[in-house]
Amino acid sequence: MISKRIVLHFPHRLVDQPIVCKLVKDYDLQFNILKAYVTPQEEGLMVLELSGEEENFNKGIQYLTSCGVRIQPLSQDVIRNEVTCTDCGVCVPICPTGALVVDPITRKVHFYDNKCIACELCVKVCPTRAMEVHF
Amino acid sequence: MKTIKEINEKIKKGQVVAVTAEEIIDIVEKKGTKKAAQEVDVVTTGTFGPMCSSGAYFNIGHSKPRIKLGGGTCKLNDVPAYCGFAAVDIYLGAAAIPDDDPRNKIFPGEFRYGGGHLIQELVAGKDIRLEATAYGTDCYPRKKLETLVNLKDLNEAVLFNIRNCYQNYNVAVNLSDKIIYTYMGVLKPKLGNANYCSAGQLSPLLKDPYYKTIGIGTKIFLGGGIGYVAWQGTQHNPGVKRKDNGVPQAPAGTLAVIGDLKQMKPEWLVGTSMLGYGVTLTVGIGVPIPILDEEILKFTAIKDEEIYTQIVDYGQAYPQMIPGSLGEINYSQLNSGKIIVQGKEVPTGNLSSYSKAREIAQELKSWIKNGDFLLSEPVAPLPVAESGYTFKPLKERPIL
Repeated sequence: MISKRIVLHFPHRLVDQPIVCKLVKDYDLQFNILKAYVTPQEEGLMVLELSGEEENFNKGIQYLTSCGVRIQPLSQDVIRNEVTCTDCGVCVPICPTGALVVDPITRKVHFYDNKCIACELCVKVCPTRAMEVHF
Repeated sequence: MKTIKEINEKIKKGQVVAVTAEEIIDIVEKKGTKKAAQEVDVVTTGTFGPMCSSGAYFNIGHSKPRIKLGGGTCKLNDVPAYCGFAAVDIYLGAAAIPDDDPRNKIFPGEFRYGGGHLIQELVAGKDIRLEATAYGTDCYPRKKLETLVNLKDLNEAVLFNIRNCYQNYNVAVNLSDKIIYTYMGVLKPKLGNANYCSAGQLSPLLKDPYYKTIGIGTKIFLGGGIGYVAWQGTQHNPGVKRKDNGVPQAPAGTLAVIGDLKQMKPEWLVGTSMLGYGVTLTVGIGVPIPILDEEILKFTAIKDEEIYTQIVDYGQAYPQMIPGSLGEINYSQLNSGKIIVQGKEVPTGNLSSYSKAREIAQELKSWIKNGDFLLSEPVAPLPVAESGYTFKPLKERPIL
């Protein structure tokens, strides 16, 4: 079993087609939708936690790619600007998944992007706007 | 017993013993206060948090032909500055925002740019747009001015913050059932989080609780440069309740500080946006405490677990000016990441960067050790509790 958080970008022509449901039906995968929306440019964006047998997982990803869906690992989407961040820590209690944590020794804020679900709650809460979204 | 003069002689000879307000805690635990007071000459403190009553004044130089901004208008990158002075003196407040900022019309407003950001950009050496209007006089005929300005070309650029460095601050929570957007950050409903704002055991006025060494004229680290304590800050309130160790249990003393903006650095003056609230400036301040005797040393060794503050409801009590506290908590508990309020475990977040406060205390220590920073004698003390100096609410009276 593997489980990964991925971002799917659906081009305009695919927005009205059933695609993700096939991952369950044809490839025996499970998914949890963390976020989904259609941008003003009518591109579809979906953040998924996708899990299943490795072979099925890879086939499922191949299927999505063959449909024209662009796939990006989630960890590249929310980025901390290390220069702008002052390590204050006001984002820490806001983060629902514990991706932002104060190190008890250095008292600096760690950002574990593998725990991030791209909810973006930290983005506007950050007083120096150090959390950046790059979808 | 030592004097500031003797400590300065040691600094000049490179023999001074300077440690940070964190390091002194361990030293006192190992050696005891008596020995530590003999050995240590200076304890350096630091703090790095949003401080809204900050700002800077500038003299922009006279244009040809001349213009009198006094009584006119002046904007820097669209942020309005106060110009009710003579011809070319202006004051820019950290919380000022452009007239066309949507503010909270689309709630919560983002407040992306304002006085605090402008001060940071100026210090970073960026060119700034200045647009001014005036009514014109015989001696100052010009009515309009539009130009780029740069910090290096201004005659004076002086950071003058009328309230900084709060001695202790509230822990903010929200008892209401809806999310609120405050100067203490976003507060989730029904005790969803607890935000605080202090460097605790590194914070200047918490390590000199009775203002025995910090006074008017004290030389400090300000925004990465050198500044001075100009006066007590606004809302200075030395009379609040204190623990036996002298530390106030609620917001108490404050400092007004001043210094040459041209020497300061953008990493220590950071433009700050509080969602749904407004803009401000995060200011880095470090104050040296001369160890003149054992009592002063004892205060500098106060630890986070000995510094208590009040938990205040910002859903109802704070905005409605209803006094009262939901409980008292110390900084060691706050720093642990969660506290218990009304029986509920609540995650905590600090608005004030402890790691940056630590860097400031280290930086000031190295300036002193390298002989680059001599201590000053205060010229007058800050008002203490016995003076009767207090912070009063506004008494509204009808205008007849």
